[in-house]
Amino acid sequence: MSFLELQNITKIYPNGTKAVNETSLNIENGEFVVFVGPSGCGKSTLLRMIAGLEDITNGEISLDGNIINKIDPSERDVAMVFQNYALYPHMSVFNNMAYGLKNRGISKEEINNKVNDVAKLLEIDQLLTRKPSMLSGGQRQRVAMGRAIVRNPKIFLFDEPLSNLDAKLRNQMRLEIKRLQRQMGVTSIFVTHDQTEAMTLGDRIVVINNGVVEQVGTPKEIYSKPNTKFVAEFIGSPQMNLFNCKIENGIAHIADMKINLNNSTNIDDATLGIRPDDILISDNGKHSCVANLVEYLGSDMIIYSKIGDQEFSCKLSSKINLNAGDTFKFEISGTSVHLFDNTTGSRV
Amino acid sequence: MKFKPLEILTHIILILGVLLMVLPIWFSFATSTHDNVSIMTEGMKFFLGESFSQNYNEVLNEKGGWSEEVTAARMFVNSFIMALGIATLKVVISAMSAYALVYFRFKLAVPIFWLIFITLLVPLEVRIFPSYKIVSDLGLTNTYTGLILPLVASATATFFFRQFYKTIPDELLESAKLDGANSWRFFIDFLLPLSKTMLAAMFIFMFVYGYSQYLWPLIMTTDEKYWTVVMGMKIIFTENYEGVALPRTGERFAYIILSMLPPVLVVVILQRWFIKGLIQTEK
Repeated sequence: MSFLELQNITKIYPNGTKAVNETSLNIENGEFVVFVGPSGCGKSTLLRMIAGLEDITNGEISLDGNIINKIDPSERDVAMVFQNYALYPHMSVFNNMAYGLKNRGISKEEINNKVNDVAKLLEIDQLLTRKPSMLSGGQRQRVAMGRAIVRNPKIFLFDEPLSNLDAKLRNQMRLEIKRLQRQMGVTSIFVTHDQTEAMTLGDRIVVINNGVVEQVGTPKEIYSKPNTKFVAEFIGSPQMNLFNCKIENGIAHIADMKINLNNSTNIDDATLGIRPDDILISDNGKHSCVANLVEYLGSDMIIYSKIGDQEFSCKLSSKINLNAGDTFKFEISGTSVHLFDNTTGSRV
Repeated sequence: MKFKPLEILTHIILILGVLLMVLPIWFSFATSTHDNVSIMTEGMKFFLGESFSQNYNEVLNEKGGWSEEVTAARMFVNSFIMALGIATLKVVISAMSAYALVYFRFKLAVPIFWLIFITLLVPLEVRIFPSYKIVSDLGLTNTYTGLILPLVASATATFFFRQFYKTIPDELLESAKLDGANSWRFFIDFLLPLSKTMLAAMFIFMFVYGYSQYLWPLIMTTDEKYWTVVMGMKIIFTENYEGVALPRTGERFAYIILSMLPPVLVVVILQRWFIKGLIQTEK
């Protein structure tokens, strides 16, 4: 039995919206799992059901062998870091961290020790007497984490905790969260809409769309073998190129371009996915196109172009000299593409 | 230092405003320190006289009323108890009812809120006879309970607390829940401290409201032991007015000045808290 088990979890809001549909998931002890998906896909609802902040319409959640469906949030032994941190504005940092412990009837001395230890770990021991309004965004983030850590819960739940920080701080905190999680080995679930965060943080990623789990797997699995068109499009930056095409005897026809897939499939209505960095520019490439737009990103650049009437982009080193309007030649390897059947939406 | 013309003008207006407010009080105070003969012959005074201690002593300790048994000091105590009771209960009750309205999802919460809100249109004066009937049937005439109880519900305060609670982010409640706070703890540990400013402001308003009640105590009390300051203003020191004696204007002014003190004190004491709350915007 897994540490945290979700069985056929369904959430229907009173107004009839189905936020989560028949979701089952097993999470092992010590794992760092990331729920990723576009906003409104039900990932936060799922997290909140685990926390006990949302009722479960159908299904069962069990934690450490106990079914927790009906257990009060405070007794589930989970800690949550909220998007806007939800620090208690009228309490000092110390009291913010100590409040949950006080409610559990832990002795003052023990609370003092625990809070001080965690504060040192997070380097906020200088701030313990301050009120949250006197802290910077990054410091608030640390306090919110400290408040979760100090309770020593069975599970950490993170609800998009980095989205209020600026880019630089976000990267820094991301690393820090990962480091802390490794260090403490506490099972964690992290919700985000940012695929970079998902890829870098998670031991496993759960891609959710429209209340349904599209794919569960390690970042590598998800990136290299997306199960559905949605996952293919959602994970990876820049986005994967998706071409509508017809497959005849293992050859994909995209407008007048032919790509040999080295197999013998026949699909009338298929989607061929090619990552922008799998389009290799070379002077003796088989295909050629006109660059409509070139985006310079420093070490890389992205070229936007068209095959027939289907737009695509490719990513290449900016050392190559190519300007908008130029014609370029490229090569696509039949083994680096992803093929999806449009009638089912899933990988072939 | 240089002043711009507009600045000078605004300051003149402000100073005039202050004078307009303060001068009548000063006149009352100055007059209250004179003996009745000089007030009778010379009118209101601007400068202080010599009868301060005599007048104020008489006001506080002289027994008056029809029974000649009630003192102004007693009336001050009564008013203070009444105002304190009304203000405290109003704040407590409206804070709690707003809490119920905002945080507990029960059916008809919105209609109930509007029902409470509509009572704004029905002030005490409109329902004074039914209220009197109820209080008298309960045997509460001539008691502090009878003075306070019919006035403890406040639609205004409930409304303000409700609006304030609605601005508190849901995450705070959720986070508190995960930290093991039950509904009662959330109210005590979060809502009350967060609404400190609001509590102080409401307490001030409601104290002054309770203190200045006139009609209700007038109808409610037949026993002079329960008279309040505002009622007394009409009644006390008037017993000989139609006789040959001089009107006791000095004492009456002293009484007015004294009657202003409790609300002023409440404002002065609570405003520090009030302003502190305003400066530290905590949210």
